[in-house]
Amino acid sequence: MFKKNLKFSLILLFLISFTNLFAEDKEMIKVNWSFKGITGKFDRSSLQRGYQVYNEVCASCHSMNLLSYRNLGEKGGPEFSVDQVKAIAANFEVTDGPDSQGEMFTRPGRPSDKFVSPYPNVQAAMAVNGGAYPPDMSVLVKARKGGADYIYSVLMGYEEAPGGFELEDGVYYNEYMDGNKIKMAKPLTEGLVSYADGTEATESQMAMDVTTFLTWASEPHLEARHQTGLKVIMYLIILTILVYLSMRRLWSRIDPKE
Amino acid sequence: MSDNYVPSSKFGKWFNDRLPLLSLSAHLREYPTPKNLNYWWTFGGILTFCLVAQIITGLVLAMHYVAHVDLAFKSIEHIMRDVNYGWLLRYIHSNGASMFFLAVYIHIFRALFYGSYKSPREVIWIIGMLIYILMMATAFMGYVLPWGQMSFWAATVITNLFTAIPLVGESITTWLWGGYSVDNPTLTRFFSLHYFFPFLILGLVILHIWALHVPGNNNPIGIEIKKPSKDTVPFHPYITVKDLFALLVFLIIFCGFVFFSPNILGHPDNYIPANPMVTPTHIVPEWYLLPFYAILRSVPDKLGGVILLFASLFILVALPWLDRSKVKSAIFRPIYKWIFWMLVLDVLVLGYMGAMPAEGTYLLIARVGTAYYFLHFLVILPVLGSIEKTEPLPLSISDPVLKG
Repeated sequence: MFKKNLKFSLILLFLISFTNLFAEDKEMIKVNWSFKGITGKFDRSSLQRGYQVYNEVCASCHSMNLLSYRNLGEKGGPEFSVDQVKAIAANFEVTDGPDSQGEMFTRPGRPSDKFVSPYPNVQAAMAVNGGAYPPDMSVLVKARKGGADYIYSVLMGYEEAPGGFELEDGVYYNEYMDGNKIKMAKPLTEGLVSYADGTEATESQMAMDVTTFLTWASEPHLEARHQTGLKVIMYLIILTILVYLSMRRLWSRIDPKE
Repeated sequence: MSDNYVPSSKFGKWFNDRLPLLSLSAHLREYPTPKNLNYWWTFGGILTFCLVAQIITGLVLAMHYVAHVDLAFKSIEHIMRDVNYGWLLRYIHSNGASMFFLAVYIHIFRALFYGSYKSPREVIWIIGMLIYILMMATAFMGYVLPWGQMSFWAATVITNLFTAIPLVGESITTWLWGGYSVDNPTLTRFFSLHYFFPFLILGLVILHIWALHVPGNNNPIGIEIKKPSKDTVPFHPYITVKDLFALLVFLIIFCGFVFFSPNILGHPDNYIPANPMVTPTHIVPEWYLLPFYAILRSVPDKLGGVILLFASLFILVALPWLDRSKVKSAIFRPIYKWIFWMLVLDVLVLGYMGAMPAEGTYLLIARVGTAYYFLHFLVILPVLGSIEKTEPLPLSISDPVLKG
């Protein structure tokens, strides 16, 4: 038994040292997110502030075409009230139609509408942004290695390019981007938004809030998942213990040596 | 077999004479099983559970999924966001694939350690290998369905392998794609086959179990025992309760992934919708295919890589005839015991190299690993059969030590 365990540990040790040998990723800023861990939940007011940052800053270039305004009022999300959601949606002009005359028309948004995109199509977005398409943000957090930490790091990672670092026109230096180059200008500056709840809009506060919002957007059922998961695993553990005891009882009739 | 089983009720007897389902059920209950099976033997039951879970979750997912290049990604997100418990179904299904492979690898390595592929169980082993190969095909096609970046590029890389076949390679690839590149026809046929293959697997699983019930289970000591005897226990309730216990422990780990880190085994790039104009920096398959991916890339020649890839699988089918040793269990094979762990290590290293870019030191290690893989099956095992001095075997499970 001991010998077997020894072999296991040797292999494990070998693999771990192997993995470290080749690890070369830049350390991201690690944030102690409220949604981390098995009981993690979103900070409701941070989600609401995060939506404000998205709406006032990011939304001018980044679409979120998998989300609907109604999602903003749903359980486990920012949980704006029904009236707030209606008001938010009504701020947007939605193209609808064709009407009975065959014409397209615009009307104020409704909660059931998808988030209105800043550009009519990808090509239009690329043309305005120097050939780089500002990615849709609906599942952005899940589409990047490092997830929320990565998004936060990039937002906080704008710096002066070190001497000798060549930057083309319309390209900025960012500590956490691949190749340290990013085509998005530094999006957040102190006091850029004035938060409805009076929170001071520091750079890191805004970065935290919008990252929290984006995490919810890519994983809207995260809270339900954590809560269900805890119950399921508790149930399984109890059942496992009961089955284990039954097994012991049954097998006690069998003598291994006889 | 329980040919002498007589149902107690009159109707039962009438029915059983026409279709002996009750006899079959009696056989499954009484099936004499070696009493010394350890927990490595519980993975057969776990695998059956995995297959059924994949089929059931997949069935519901297919009701909401749309196999179209413009809609597939959105329909998956629709499942994740708007379908009741859609997130749960999809995460069970995607992590279920990984759990299925985790279990199948343990199951296969258990067979390797205890020599379960040897006479009289060669057919069980071969059917098992067919299941494994079908599982890989099914999982690969399933991975393509969300039509994310990795889906698209994995499909492109793998289907492009067929172009390496001399003369007809290009035509075969065009035929597989249903066009001149990976596109909508490719996606729809992958969906169709992804739905169909699991039922082929199910059929093979039934044959696998049938073939198992002819000679009965191997056991950790690896000697053939008399059945039924004091060395065996009836399958029900002794093995059913043990399998259930192991399944529950397995499920706790499974649920840990599903509920608390459902995306850790996947690649983030697959949450970026497929874009034929943008190639990801590193195209990597899912973890369970990595060792074979490393073998494929370790050959500088495309055709050579493909041949080696298929050879690495078919060599496993031939294993019962490559291993010349009459002794089954590694417990009584002092050299094979170490060789076995070397193979485990080799496959793990290959898997790691498969995830790394194929260049420099990684490529070198991958090549050594590939060479060792073939060396193990083609040289070491056949030679070991004749030179290894095995330890004396016990006469039965009840006397683990040879007397006298």
